[in-house]
Amino acid sequence: MRLKRLGELCKRREGLEIRFILIQNRAGKTRLAKWYMQFDDDEKQKLIEEVHAVVTVRDAKHTNFVEFRNFKIIYRRYAGLYFCICVDVNDNNLAYLEAIHNFVEVLNEYFHNVCELDLVFNFYKVYTVVDEMFLAGEIRETSQTKVLKQLLMLQSLE
Amino acid sequence: CFLFHRGEGFNGLFLLAVASITLNFVKEAEIKRINKELANIRSKFKGDKALDGYSKKKYVCKLLFIFLLGHDIDFGHMEAVNLLSSNRYTEKQIGYLFISVLVNSNSELIRLINNAIKNDLASRNPTFMGLALHCIASVGSREMAEAFAGEIPKVLVAGDTMDSVKQSAALCLLRLYRTSPDLVPMGDWTSRVVHLLNDQHLGVVTAATSLITTLAQKNPEEFKTSVSLAVSRLSRIVTSASTDLQDYTYYFVPAPWLSVKLLRLLQCYPPPEDPAVRGRLTECLETILNKAQEPPKSKKVQHSNAKNAVLFEAISLIIHHDSEPNLLVRACNQLGQFLQHRETNLRYLALESMCTLASSEFSHEAVKTHIETVINALKTERDVSVRQRAVDLLYAMCDRSNAPQIVAEMLSYLETADYSIREEIVLKVAILAEKYAVDYTWYVDTILNLIRIAGDYVSEEVWYRVIQIVINRDDVQGYAAKTVFEALQAPACHENLVKVGGYILGEFGNLIAGDPRSSPLIQFNLLHSKFHLCSVPTRALLLSTYIKFVNLFPEVKPTIQDVLRSDSQLRNADVELQQRAVEYLRLSTVASTDILATVLEEMPPFPERESSILAKLKKKKGPSTVTDLEDTKRERSVDVNGGPEPAPASTSAMSTPSPSADLLGLGAAPPAPAGPPPSSSGGGGLLVDVFSDSASVVAPLAPGSEDNFARFVCKNNGVLFENQLLQIGLKSEFRQNLGRMFIFYGNKTSTQFLNFTPTLICSDELQPNILGFITKPVDPTVEGGAQVQQVVNIECVSDFTEAPVLNIQFRYGGTFQNVSVQLPITLNKFFQPTEMASQDFFQRWKQLSNPQQEVQNIFKAKHPMDTEVTKAKIIGFGSALLEEVDPNPANFVGAGIIHTKTTQIGCLLRLEPNLQAQMYRLTLRTSKEAVSQRLCELLSAQF
Repeated sequence: MRLKRLGELCKRREGLEIRFILIQNRAGKTRLAKWYMQFDDDEKQKLIEEVHAVVTVRDAKHTNFVEFRNFKIIYRRYAGLYFCICVDVNDNNLAYLEAIHNFVEVLNEYFHNVCELDLVFNFYKVYTVVDEMFLAGEIRETSQTKVLKQLLMLQSLE
Repeated sequence: CFLFHRGEGFNGLFLLAVASITLNFVKEAEIKRINKELANIRSKFKGDKALDGYSKKKYVCKLLFIFLLGHDIDFGHMEAVNLLSSNRYTEKQIGYLFISVLVNSNSELIRLINNAIKNDLASRNPTFMGLALHCIASVGSREMAEAFAGEIPKVLVAGDTMDSVKQSAALCLLRLYRTSPDLVPMGDWTSRVVHLLNDQHLGVVTAATSLITTLAQKNPEEFKTSVSLAVSRLSRIVTSASTDLQDYTYYFVPAPWLSVKLLRLLQCYPPPEDPAVRGRLTECLETILNKAQEPPKSKKVQHSNAKNAVLFEAISLIIHHDSEPNLLVRACNQLGQFLQHRETNLRYLALESMCTLASSEFSHEAVKTHIETVINALKTERDVSVRQRAVDLLYAMCDRSNAPQIVAEMLSYLETADYSIREEIVLKVAILAEKYAVDYTWYVDTILNLIRIAGDYVSEEVWYRVIQIVINRDDVQGYAAKTVFEALQAPACHENLVKVGGYILGEFGNLIAGDPRSSPLIQFNLLHSKFHLCSVPTRALLLSTYIKFVNLFPEVKPTIQDVLRSDSQLRNADVELQQRAVEYLRLSTVASTDILATVLEEMPPFPERESSILAKLKKKKGPSTVTDLEDTKRERSVDVNGGPEPAPASTSAMSTPSPSADLLGLGAAPPAPAGPPPSSSGGGGLLVDVFSDSASVVAPLAPGSEDNFARFVCKNNGVLFENQLLQIGLKSEFRQNLGRMFIFYGNKTSTQFLNFTPTLICSDELQPNILGFITKPVDPTVEGGAQVQQVVNIECVSDFTEAPVLNIQFRYGGTFQNVSVQLPITLNKFFQPTEMASQDFFQRWKQLSNPQQEVQNIFKAKHPMDTEVTKAKIIGFGSALLEEVDPNPANFVGAGIIHTKTTQIGCLLRLEPNLQAQMYRLTLRTSKEAVSQRLCELLSAQF
């Protein structure tokens, strides 16, 4: 049976972890999707659409948190891009909100004024940045200096 | 800046991607271009000339790009795997990325991938080790756990491992532990992992803390030493000057994420026993609270967010320990300041966090002081989720002293509240009104107000409960009768009011009958004027009220008899109404006044039980929030007020007799219990796992579903599942090895189901044997009272035992519902009956004489042994029923062929009843032992 069970998403895990990270533009185009749980393609597509529907209707006066299925989405909008992290309901909202910002600052530094197309053209580099900062659904490294140093080292190998 | 970053060799594709961003380029053109590109790549991969690493990387990267644009990719996996063994970083990286994004459970590839990972792990090249670890952490499959769960702890604790590799190894191990805990054995490494909390590199500590937290939740004893290490690490961070930690200072906040993680880790444990450690922790928490009061070091929101992330986590820990009154009150004051902060985020988080503080006896009073602010939030917040938190907090801070105010505010909010949260507010108001009622007239008024304002959201539990209470308290009965009588005067009143009014006047109408304005006839006419607008259950209830009137008020007996005698009652198309009319009319004619008085005596008081409404709210909220809160509050209000609290009595039984219950026991089916039993084990009738946590797994199979399952072995249509919310009906048809099942989901409530998502689950090992595909997802919203249909296509690949499970998840009101039932897809569904003569039968019977081919079962009859029923069951089972084959005419003989995709299996069966002993002997012979076994099990359960 190919259908991936939705229930997976609802599986109560010990510990706290990111379920997925999504970067979408206003039109709903995905610019990055990093999944920390197994979903099949249809389910991923469904999640992407739902997140887009939930997040884009909110205005700037609303909180940066929104309940989503049995989880919550912590999101922040930068120009035309929404950076979304899906976590457990009892997870620390502000810590993830700032984790998003920390990540965006690294991208900005690495791509020298990052824009949406940088993420498109350099998708393989963006994945590397994500893996340096988040791994297995956890925050791996928070120091911008350390991350950028590592990224430059990797770039020199290209 | 667009063009500078364009990668070489990608121009065509990238332009497309750009086009679809900026121009919303015509889809067909994109597909055409992509297909051309795919054909080109395919020909390169298939070409005679071996591709060099660079080209291979380029094409694999293109494929990945095309996949990320949303197109299917069905080749290139092998080339990607080849890249893994390259010695160039870029080639390896693209290879690993392709694998991580497009994991394929192709076992042969997994072996190759694992091999490449193994080499990279052993390479001692930190870059390659990192890539390999990140791939494991991304894929995290069981095969990978099997291959590497032993190796990674060694990498993690080895003295010469680079810091960045340690970070990756720690989280990689965490991933494997999450997916396959059984494959990650604890060992010598565990104590060394704990000591990573002391590591000099804060990145390593950050990663290790996550790993330790997860491990400590499962093995608290083994990781106990982490507590003191975490406390001292935390202490060093919070007392450091804002520049001490350099790289790890974020907007003047030292290591905020690590602090949060350490505070999380400490929440796995009770307060430290060692006074020194405990003192040091208290100091840390005080320091964090103090810092919140200091002027900000920066005006940037990043600064305050990072600082408050730590603060909220510290408050969580303080609440978790619930042992330091001083800290609890300080936390509460801090949150109180946030309630009026200009940042919506902070107001939201403060409301949320205060809700838990309200349930601590130390801080309950402190929380109460913020009532005006919270009420104001209810009225002015623009974000519905913030208002929802305000409702939650008001509920949590409510006690006898402020109940009238809170209930009044909630009622007024209800008039404009979002539909999505109305039912929950109704339940909360009903609970608070009952719990803190000193004056029960207030309670009655409140509930009638609820029905007036939000009648559609007032569930049975709520109005059953008001009737229960009125019956149990004679001081309020007259008032209740008068109030409902007045409320019913409104030209348009909600049907729920008619129900309550009908019931209360039927019982206590006599208490107001002395007033000429509410004489018996006026009462009757008032009720009867609503009769024709009501649904059947309400009419049935009103008919019972009428017969009670016959007893209470002999003077209206002729009027009522006329009504009962009318064609619209006596010949009502609804069987229940007709029966009531006939019986009540007869009763009113034949019974003497004494008998009538005895039969229709006033309802005796209900035994005091846990409120069914509370049970309903618990069901909506999950046990953790409500139960704790209620328990603490109950204790508190006994202490503080010394007032008589309703005894929390038995938690096992709390079904509320339905007021519409047939008074004479003459009616049709007995009404269903009104309140759900409190725990899933409480009763076989409770099919939803109501107490599952909101973030729960696929619900365990609903109790009783096995019986239901068995009922479908010999039939294809019927109701598979039913609870108070949902009914699932089935229609199915099978031909050869294929089947189609129509599933009907009925919403029994008047409220929408949201995110309604049915999923089919087969346990993995069965995958090849029985397949089920949902052809089309249902609409995620199921309207109240609506029925939606879904089709499942079924294919039997090979013989099987376990049937697929249908899991249904949805939101009802504010709560998450999770139901699992086994779909009645059994092996016998794939039977084709085969007619044959006696001679043929016995010839084949003998051919199948190998002991493994025969399975026999002797068992006691569970149902009356009726020949015709048995015949029908055997035919329903799917085999042909062969007459005049067995020399003994009392025996039944059947034959058929089971069709699977891979093979066809001939089956012969013989059932020998023994009436005297009330036993059967069932013999199955097929060419396959497992099939004989399974068919025998299935059929045996039917008699």
